[in-house]
Amino acid sequence: MMSIQIRRVSKRFGNFLALQNIDLEISDGQLVALLGPSGSGKTTLLRIIAGLERPDEGAVLFDGKDITDVHVRHRKVGFVFQHYALFKHMTVFENIAFGLKVRKRRERPSSSEIKRTVDKLLSLVKLEGFANRYPHQLSGGQRQRVALARALAVKPRILLLDEPFGALDAKVRKELRRWLRRLHDEYRMTTVFVTHDQEEALDVADKIVIMNKGAIEQIGPPDEVYDEPASPFVYDFLGSVNLFHGRLADGKLKLKGAEIDVPGHFGASNVEAVGCVRPHQLSIEREKNGGDSFRATVQYCRSIGPDVFIELAAAESDKYVEVQLNKEEFQKLNLKKGETVFVRPREMRVFIPGH
Amino acid sequence: MHPSLETSVDTNSSKRRRGAKAGAGGGINTLLIGIALLYLSMLLFVPLVAIFVKAFEKGFGVYWAAITESDALSAVRLTLFVTAIVVPLNTLFGIAAAWAVTKFHFRGKQVLVSLVELPFSVSPVIAGLIFVLLFSPGGVLGPWFVEHGLNIIFSVPGIIIATIFVTLPFVARELIPVLEARGGSEEEAAVSLGANGWQMFWRVTLPNMKWGLLYGIILCSARSIGEFGAVSVVSGRIRGLTNTMPLHVEILYNEYQFSAAFAVASLMSILAVITLIMKSFMEWKTEQRANREVH
Repeated sequence: MMSIQIRRVSKRFGNFLALQNIDLEISDGQLVALLGPSGSGKTTLLRIIAGLERPDEGAVLFDGKDITDVHVRHRKVGFVFQHYALFKHMTVFENIAFGLKVRKRRERPSSSEIKRTVDKLLSLVKLEGFANRYPHQLSGGQRQRVALARALAVKPRILLLDEPFGALDAKVRKELRRWLRRLHDEYRMTTVFVTHDQEEALDVADKIVIMNKGAIEQIGPPDEVYDEPASPFVYDFLGSVNLFHGRLADGKLKLKGAEIDVPGHFGASNVEAVGCVRPHQLSIEREKNGGDSFRATVQYCRSIGPDVFIELAAAESDKYVEVQLNKEEFQKLNLKKGETVFVRPREMRVFIPGH
Repeated sequence: MHPSLETSVDTNSSKRRRGAKAGAGGGINTLLIGIALLYLSMLLFVPLVAIFVKAFEKGFGVYWAAITESDALSAVRLTLFVTAIVVPLNTLFGIAAAWAVTKFHFRGKQVLVSLVELPFSVSPVIAGLIFVLLFSPGGVLGPWFVEHGLNIIFSVPGIIIATIFVTLPFVARELIPVLEARGGSEEEAAVSLGANGWQMFWRVTLPNMKWGLLYGIILCSARSIGEFGAVSVVSGRIRGLTNTMPLHVEILYNEYQFSAAFAVASLMSILAVITLIMKSFMEWKTEQRANREVH
């Protein structure tokens, strides 16, 4: 186990600024997700931690020691590649044993020790009996587990995974990420994984680092980043969100057709602002009960399991809003397509651009 | 290059067979296959048989005498010697060039790729002449070598240099697509597991490009053995000294020793057939690998 510090790291690829001034602290034993859309720099950051990429500026520290100039092969990190990168011409056994067999003679375990280690890892990843198979004879989930076992064989203090479940189908994915969580807890490593799937990050990580355009937008535990997003980007990235652009004055966000109370923003006067409201934080009402609701027409409704999503067109601003209700509420309202109703935000977080 | 012609006909006809099963006109199929076979037999098979018929025309005794005669043996030895030097050198060059082109980004990469292919587009005779101009005693670099007691033109080093030039592209050309298609993540995985550069190359990179590499080596060897144009310009054809097998065949032929000429030619044909068999085996192996990776 060890801690990782990233200090003011920047990286460019030609004219593309992949990372700018990244500062990040990961303490030992944490399971951290680097979450962001493609091109956000998350994979580059992971590769810099591994030593597969060199930062143009800044430093990487393991346990307080600067290892920026230490070669990958001396960093003792386990790296699981996005498409597994298993050695195609080797069996499962040889793949897992690779890291032990390439050691210098006096550090290399005997072949019986290697066999014992590999067997233990095979049972850990539930692939007993697969030792003599080749990678092309395995399913995606099995390949993923071989890649993990191979990385674990060298007893890494840090495990890094690049989109570990990206290429798997939904069900296998869910199983594997639970299993990764258990593995992390049992092996007591510091684990960092890259993902673009918010559900994956929220499900297993202790801490989520949300990245966008080469910078970190927010760092925090899953509940916090979900409930208190630090920016409209994070709001949008973690689940869906309705954005209301308006002017902030007298503690109210003034929109076309409505004024919504936003306590905590009394100081600001007449500035442009964005209000973020999740679909489930909106109510639909038949009558206008005060100035905080606005008129909208029902465009269409679709139900996914127990939830119903209703898309409405705001009457005064030609914007679309999405409202999430449960089936009961939806049936009680008895909404019809084309009907005019009132939409009221029950909660709203306001961001002033540039702040 | 007959080997590639033959394989391309093979795959075409198998495609057509599948087409016929699907109900496409069977008559055209038969006709096309017939034309292809006729063409092949006239241009490849009949000449090949003719070589052996001619070689044994005057009986086995003459044949044996022709190939065991001391000038013939020294031509065989020289050809094998040149091949044994040229092929390893071009293999090393091919691996290095393919590695550089596929793993690194640098200015002038495209120029390097085109340069590697240059020998294919230059006539071998011109290539030979270039080296004569460079290394002959009246040439650009020649006087310096002569001063240091090293004759290049009309001597073995010249033959080696000319053969290197002509066969330079084979290995590199086979490896570049193989390495490009694979990307580098297996190498990165090896390094992250603690392998050093050498271990990475021997245990991961080389096994992965094994078949492509062998294929390139076989083509390179075949061409080294058979090269005539460039070598004939630089060799001087001193019997027993700078005469390679193809040159020896020509000399015998010009001296109206037809049976002897065809006898030596038959040796070269045997080498060519062996090469062809090995090449087909490699192709079959590579295809199997490719199929495996798809599944």
